[in-house]
Amino acid sequence: MSQTLSNGLFGAIGITAIAYCLAAIGLNVHFGYTGLLNFGQAGFALVGGYAVAMPVMNWQWSIWATIPVVIMASSVFALLLGIPTLRLRSDYLAIVTIAAAEILRLLVSTPKAVNVTGATDGINSFTNDIQNSIPGFLKGKTVPLWEKNISDYEMWVIMLGWFLVIVFSVAVWSLMRSPWGRVLRSIREDEDAARSLGKNVFVYKMTSLVLGGVIGGFGGAILVIGQRNASPGSFQTQFTFLTYAIVVLGGVGKVKGPIVGAMIFWFMINVSDSLLADWTDGSGFQLPTWVMDSSNFSFFRWILVGSGLALLVIFRPQGIFGDKKEQAFDVR
Amino acid sequence: MSADVFADVPREPGAKKPDPILVADSVNRSFGGLVAVDVQHVEVQRNSITALIGPNGAGKTTFFNLLTGFDSPNSGVWTFNGQSMNGVSPYRAARRGMVRTFQLTKSLTRMTVMENMRLGATAQTGEKLWVAPFKFLWKAQEAAITTRAESLLARFKLDHMRDEFGGSLSGGQRKLLEMARALMVEPELVMLDEPMAGVNPALKQSLLEHVKGLKDEGRTVLFVEHDMDMVHEIADWVIVMAEGQIIAEGPPSFIGANQAVIDAYLGAHQNTDLGV
Repeated sequence: MSQTLSNGLFGAIGITAIAYCLAAIGLNVHFGYTGLLNFGQAGFALVGGYAVAMPVMNWQWSIWATIPVVIMASSVFALLLGIPTLRLRSDYLAIVTIAAAEILRLLVSTPKAVNVTGATDGINSFTNDIQNSIPGFLKGKTVPLWEKNISDYEMWVIMLGWFLVIVFSVAVWSLMRSPWGRVLRSIREDEDAARSLGKNVFVYKMTSLVLGGVIGGFGGAILVIGQRNASPGSFQTQFTFLTYAIVVLGGVGKVKGPIVGAMIFWFMINVSDSLLADWTDGSGFQLPTWVMDSSNFSFFRWILVGSGLALLVIFRPQGIFGDKKEQAFDVR
Repeated sequence: MSADVFADVPREPGAKKPDPILVADSVNRSFGGLVAVDVQHVEVQRNSITALIGPNGAGKTTFFNLLTGFDSPNSGVWTFNGQSMNGVSPYRAARRGMVRTFQLTKSLTRMTVMENMRLGATAQTGEKLWVAPFKFLWKAQEAAITTRAESLLARFKLDHMRDEFGGSLSGGQRKLLEMARALMVEPELVMLDEPMAGVNPALKQSLLEHVKGLKDEGRTVLFVEHDMDMVHEIADWVIVMAEGQIIAEGPPSFIGANQAVIDAYLGAHQNTDLGV
């Protein structure tokens, strides 16, 4: 049991949770504050991840020098998506973003690009600079988290990741309490009203798309650094949908939403994973094999998580931090 | 003062006004085969209250949309304060001092009444991305905007709703909020699309006073309305549209007796009183 809980805790603070948390902070800027239906957050994360891995592998850059590349590449991706679609109705953005994210994923997995992107295997061994930058107090040690041991590399990436989460959360908080954030929220409510009051809606929507996209890009960067591998498999469409689940779970349009949402989501995933593995491993308490066995429990986990999210939407549609009163006026 | 301004204005479609704030020429908009707006010439007198009336489907709202940049015409030119407004986007039109409201109110439902109001203020430094995170840079302006918003809310008797969500207001209160919010922009020309629709009679009277008050402040009002009582009570000049064209212009008393207007509303062979 304590093993299960340690796994859950590790899930809640681990690299995957951080990556999805960053992606969710960005998506919250898009969807939660501006009302942009971005269904391609996986694409932004992919751009961020490959912006880190590719210069290091192909041109032997220092990994730290790729930080501006992450910012620029995700911004360019946002501009490419936004220029044709942000003047149109919001559902067009949804279609274009989901397609663009898939195009990017297929593009990097094509065997023709194997020398640049590593195709489906992706890029490995680009994280030496991170390994070498592990500070002395961590180096060579394992950090115990109850019954789970975290390696020095993992712990260092977790620290860098949570630092980014804090930086971006504070940035989003300070922006959203300002008149600038007020314009974003007015666009979410009714962009024609914002226009009629003299707000340049297109520029605000574009800025929001770039800002949220860059934060999502850093999510992808942390993910590939944590996995020490940048491959297309990490950025399938389910990345986007899990990110949406996290945003809704935490509370749409709330600064704390993505953080708590990501922690709870990955806690539940890891706990259910661990429990179901324990109950199908052939010793101790066992589930009957006609329910599930060790070969299919991971599918069952998603059924549980999906049911949980369905219950959440039915009984607490505003998420954990959402305002029930505010939700009552949701006309979408 | 207003009645005198119109004394020498001919009572015919496209009449020249002494000091027009808005002039439109050959504005045409068609949707497929349907000609929604086909206005040859129209002028709106500065610092007056002009009503735009006409039967349903006459093209009044489409004309509003064209003037404010929410829709673009197939052809035509129009100027505001002597400046061409062709191809000017809605937000620029608003910044130049031409602010509209909507027939179906667009109160921002998940923002409070006060936030709705603050949004209306233009040239806010805190609306710039690089300034926004630093509260000390926009705090003073925000306080000034809040003060102005509070006095407007008090004028429109919405001050008790200040911290309520826009979505919790009644239909009539939303009309009031939308008008108050438009005034936060400090427009020269206020364009109201059916300000009385869905407003209860008690509120109507105070709304009428607010519209009159706008003129006293030196603003120009152009409004679309079906409520003939309102048109009679506050309009200095009435422009009548039917089937996309301007068919009559004149003071309210003249319009009620105009044969072209009666024909447009009731059909050519009706001799019924308009009920005005």
